[in-house]
Amino acid sequence: MSFAESFETISGTKIRIMRKGKGSPLLFLHGASGASHWLPFMEKLSETHAVIVPEHPGFGVSDNPEWLDNISDLAFFYLDFLDHLGLDGVNLVGTSIGGWLAAEIAIRNATKLASLTVVAPAGIRVKGVRKGDVFMWSPEETARNLFHDQAFAEAMLAAPPPSKEAMEILLRNKLTFAKLAWEPRFLNPDLHKWLHRIPVPTLIVWGDDDKAMPVGYAPAWRDLIANSRLEIIENCGHAPQIEKADRFVELVNGFIGEVTR
Amino acid sequence: MKFYFMHLMPYADLDLSYDEKHNSAWVTLPNTYYDPRKGHQLYNRYLDELEYADQLGFDGICVNEHHSNAYGLMPIPGVMAGALARRTKNVKIAILGRALPLLNNPLTVAEEFAMVDNITGGRLIAGMVRGIGAEYHSWGVNPAFSHERFQEAHDLILQAWTQPGPSVFEGKHYNFDYVNVWPRVYQDNPHPPIWIPSQGSSETIEWAAHPDRKYTYLQTFASVSIVARYMKMYKDVAAGYGYEATPEQLGWSLPLYVAETDEIARREAKEHIEAFLQKFLRMPMEMLLPPGYTSVKSMVGAMSAKAGHAMKQTIDSVIEEGKFICGSPATVREKLEEYQSQIGFGHLLTLLQFGTLPAELTRKNMEIYSKEVMPYLRSVAAGKAA
Repeated sequence: MSFAESFETISGTKIRIMRKGKGSPLLFLHGASGASHWLPFMEKLSETHAVIVPEHPGFGVSDNPEWLDNISDLAFFYLDFLDHLGLDGVNLVGTSIGGWLAAEIAIRNATKLASLTVVAPAGIRVKGVRKGDVFMWSPEETARNLFHDQAFAEAMLAAPPPSKEAMEILLRNKLTFAKLAWEPRFLNPDLHKWLHRIPVPTLIVWGDDDKAMPVGYAPAWRDLIANSRLEIIENCGHAPQIEKADRFVELVNGFIGEVTR
Repeated sequence: MKFYFMHLMPYADLDLSYDEKHNSAWVTLPNTYYDPRKGHQLYNRYLDELEYADQLGFDGICVNEHHSNAYGLMPIPGVMAGALARRTKNVKIAILGRALPLLNNPLTVAEEFAMVDNITGGRLIAGMVRGIGAEYHSWGVNPAFSHERFQEAHDLILQAWTQPGPSVFEGKHYNFDYVNVWPRVYQDNPHPPIWIPSQGSSETIEWAAHPDRKYTYLQTFASVSIVARYMKMYKDVAAGYGYEATPEQLGWSLPLYVAETDEIARREAKEHIEAFLQKFLRMPMEMLLPPGYTSVKSMVGAMSAKAGHAMKQTIDSVIEEGKFICGSPATVREKLEEYQSQIGFGHLLTLLQFGTLPAELTRKNMEIYSKEVMPYLRSVAAGKAA
């Protein structure tokens, strides 16, 4: 699994990027837990795509810039990022707050995008469907609530305690996550008004047992984005790309293959 | 040294078995645990205690601000300060709140403080805090902006108090075209004394000790070694700025219980201080330290300290650490004299009611403390000055 790691300075902000594979570009936007590691689903996607995995400003070892206050700032940063790397025909894939971010990018400017995939995205509100309060969960509750298959939770809990450096990264990630999502909780109150602007084919993926961002949100996303398709993965929690990696990759590859033919 | 009677006004009638069902007395403990009939009795009892402190010769009384919990029933401390403003005659009234980042409009604090300052003819001490981590959950305020909101709210309040109105305030979180607070503060040369209570933070000390501010740093509930460390830090920072910090810039707040003998004091205080430690203060890390409440560096320290010893606090552990002073008048005098001479604080805030401590023991504690401890320490200080 040798991927290329590099640092790029974009609009004065240095970020870390992992890349591997050939084919049409696939830009993966991580969720609240960051993207410190090259994961099996990235490897599989890299068999058919040029996979690009940045660590967002404020996450991991990327800079934590003064200008970063909200999800809108991050969305505009990624428009700079697309220009800087000279990317075009991009398949944009984002999970959780990365899915929210992907949608925020696409409503602003989709000219460099070929398709959009959002996985259990935050960002909108369906009244009465309560999101999980991940900021209140203990580490054990977090592990248990993130996955349907508790074997994943057990593995996470059995891992040795993080080093001081890893702990610092966990805390930085959580801080930036809070900055973006604490209040209003996982929500841009204006986003739902503009999701109709997304012009590219969109795939919405959700686990049927998602305790962080309940699957009750999925139909709202489907209804708000005209050219969209919803896929619900059975027996799956908030991270289908990890818990059901094969199914996830199959769905993404199938969708991209179909819409960019 | 000046002596203050500090109150938290806990919901002392709390069903202490709550923790069989709930993991904290904060944020999520259902308010159905609160009985307004009992609350009515408690509020009036506690206000009586604060008024009694005025008669007993304390230099000041302190009210506090906490939200959505059984630990302290003063979410709007100005209500308490207002009630006390008219019923007390001599004491300073310290409002230790207000939790500036939790508020959407900090000018309400400028107003509230100015009103109390006017009614009392300048007996107000203005506290400014960031609130407890749990309150960022209860109040839906983003802890990632806690520090910057605090700074900005402070600047706005100071502007309201010191610049003729109307003036313009242009901030990131707060913006006003007409800062023009009526009434103006009574203590207008330049403004009421400002105290900064803190659980201990080098960033806070750097800021409070700055020559433009020289605010009183108030160390809350901490072991005596921590108190000594932070107060030394304040003095060092002041020296770094080129001036010598005075005792008036340093305060310590802690629970204290004094009785006829060491044995009686320990016996009478035990269940009540342990209710305070184990029931009223109870909250998980996720509530105590939300992201951004402290710097990542301090958080790493806190996480590894927690991994080291998640020890249950008992009367013995807190006496041992000097977080709680408990004993006969002689014991209490001796400890306070020693700590004061070592650490050099000029304000001592004692929590003489804590947890479930009932009215009669609270009064006894206040009486013995004011008659057998305060005068002695005042005479020691006078002796040193002479």
